[in-house]
Amino acid sequence: MNFDLSSAMKLAIGSAVFAAGALLAVTLDNYQLQVGTSLAMLCVLCWAWNFVGGYMGYPSLATSAFFGIGAYANAVAQLHGASLSVAWMVAGLAGGVIAALVGVPMLRLKGHYFAVGSIAMVEVGREIANNWDGLTGGAVGLNLPLMAGSPDYVSRFFYLAMLALAFLSFALTLFIERTRFGFGLRCIRQNEDAASMVGMDVFRYKVAAFVLSGVLCAMAGSIYASMVAFIEPKDAFNIITTIEIPVMVMLGGMGTLFGPMIGGVFYVVLKEFVWANFINWHSGILGAIIVAVIYFIPAGVFGTKWSILISRLRRSPERKPSKLAEIKG
Amino acid sequence: MSVEMKTPILEIREASRVFGGVNAVNSVSVSFMPGEIVGLIGPNGAGKTTLVNLISGFLPLSSGDVLYSGKSIANLKPHEIARAGIARTFQIVQPFSQMTVLENVMAGAIYAGGLGMRAARDKAVECLEFTKLASFMNSPASELALANRKRLEFAKSLAMNPRVLMLDEVNAGLNSSEIDEAIDMIREIAARGITVIVIEHLMRVVTSLAKRAVVLHHGAVVADGPTDVVFNDPRVIEAYLGNKFASRVASKKGAA
Repeated sequence: MNFDLSSAMKLAIGSAVFAAGALLAVTLDNYQLQVGTSLAMLCVLCWAWNFVGGYMGYPSLATSAFFGIGAYANAVAQLHGASLSVAWMVAGLAGGVIAALVGVPMLRLKGHYFAVGSIAMVEVGREIANNWDGLTGGAVGLNLPLMAGSPDYVSRFFYLAMLALAFLSFALTLFIERTRFGFGLRCIRQNEDAASMVGMDVFRYKVAAFVLSGVLCAMAGSIYASMVAFIEPKDAFNIITTIEIPVMVMLGGMGTLFGPMIGGVFYVVLKEFVWANFINWHSGILGAIIVAVIYFIPAGVFGTKWSILISRLRRSPERKPSKLAEIKG
Repeated sequence: MSVEMKTPILEIREASRVFGGVNAVNSVSVSFMPGEIVGLIGPNGAGKTTLVNLISGFLPLSSGDVLYSGKSIANLKPHEIARAGIARTFQIVQPFSQMTVLENVMAGAIYAGGLGMRAARDKAVECLEFTKLASFMNSPASELALANRKRLEFAKSLAMNPRVLMLDEVNAGLNSSEIDEAIDMIREIAARGITVIVIEHLMRVVTSLAKRAVVLHHGAVVADGPTDVVFNDPRVIEAYLGNKFASRVASKKGAA
């Protein structure tokens, strides 16, 4: 592992952002804490997706599957007498084990096939939650034990818990970027055959990334379930979230350290802005904006080499007339 | 010590590969000695690349065996074979195109070479200097011209610290002086004790590099021996130029 100045800088910037977020917990009101918690949650999911979708280049749509598994594992564990902390661990473990079991066959698929297979995980997960009444409560859903304490204390607790998980995801990304594992994921995205030809155990790396991603998503789902204290299949295995997460990372920059966070925040702000201003056409307008951003900066806010883009934009007005003149002449 | 007294580093025993009903490689047996440069030649579709794919584990054998230092590697996965010390380049170059030239070569040093990130970097720089790519170190691999991409494949496989190196048409599309440089590099590598198997169309490369040539035709070995002898073998001339031309050469020789 290298630890040069630039990663020390990245760590410092990231730590400062999270420290500021943690300090804000003192002053934020209940509603703001809720917004902060869901932002932190999106960041976790984005960073988790980024390992598989960003660094490794596998277009996973399984985010909500692991999120739901974590939510239900937490609920079931607590209903069987586990404490909150044990239930969260169980949730992370469940996400990891299921990611490994499903990942082994699924990661033999590539591209579109993998995307379709992974989104099917969300559907299958929801159907199981819907129909396995004895374990999951079926379509009615499950109540989780409420946390003792004042509403302020409880929202602060979950805000800080989610923030801590987001920081963990950030730190893991930063660490893995510098290791042979992270390097390997980038190689896999570029050329899987060439990666195995240089001696990389490609399949093991793919499963490892999928498991890591699954654990983080499941833990986010677990904290979420404890916070809302009630889960139902269509909320825990949410098909919209599973699609929104990759879009957020694309906006921010796939396979970058800060891209998932920037993309997540950017998306939420954009969505709120569009909601507030175009109430009737919000999804259409949001969609158009997303397409435009992805079209013009496909590498995302953080992945784009802005200096090149800007110099290209500066040059273009001079070129246009000369081309026209060429055609006319 | 004569070459015959050593044990082969790589031994292929009756290797076959069937695609549908076609025997792409048909019961090929051939061995390679440490430090030897061998030309593996044959017309298009002779099964040269398939044989390389079989050795490197990229394709499973239909039957037969491949021994490396006396042990069977037929059931190993490609990455295990690469780690064991058998490196190959691809005829159609396979760079990690969005990564830098340095990172491409580092990949070989990290996974097959088993080095840490820092040591891999040093090793990669060394390989880039050897292949004269050091000045492109920080450019994306996608920006390299074809000749340099071929060299990148070469540098990447060198960084793997191999004992056997299979170069699949590493000189195709290069100009004359580039080929001369490549020939020098290959000689230097073999001098380090690495077995180099050169898969080539260009006769000039094979004749100037390899003392020994193996000729494949329709998936089978039709000749294996000293390069000058093999190139005058009527079966080889027939394989390359057809039987009409071969008989004309034969009658000319008879007349002379």
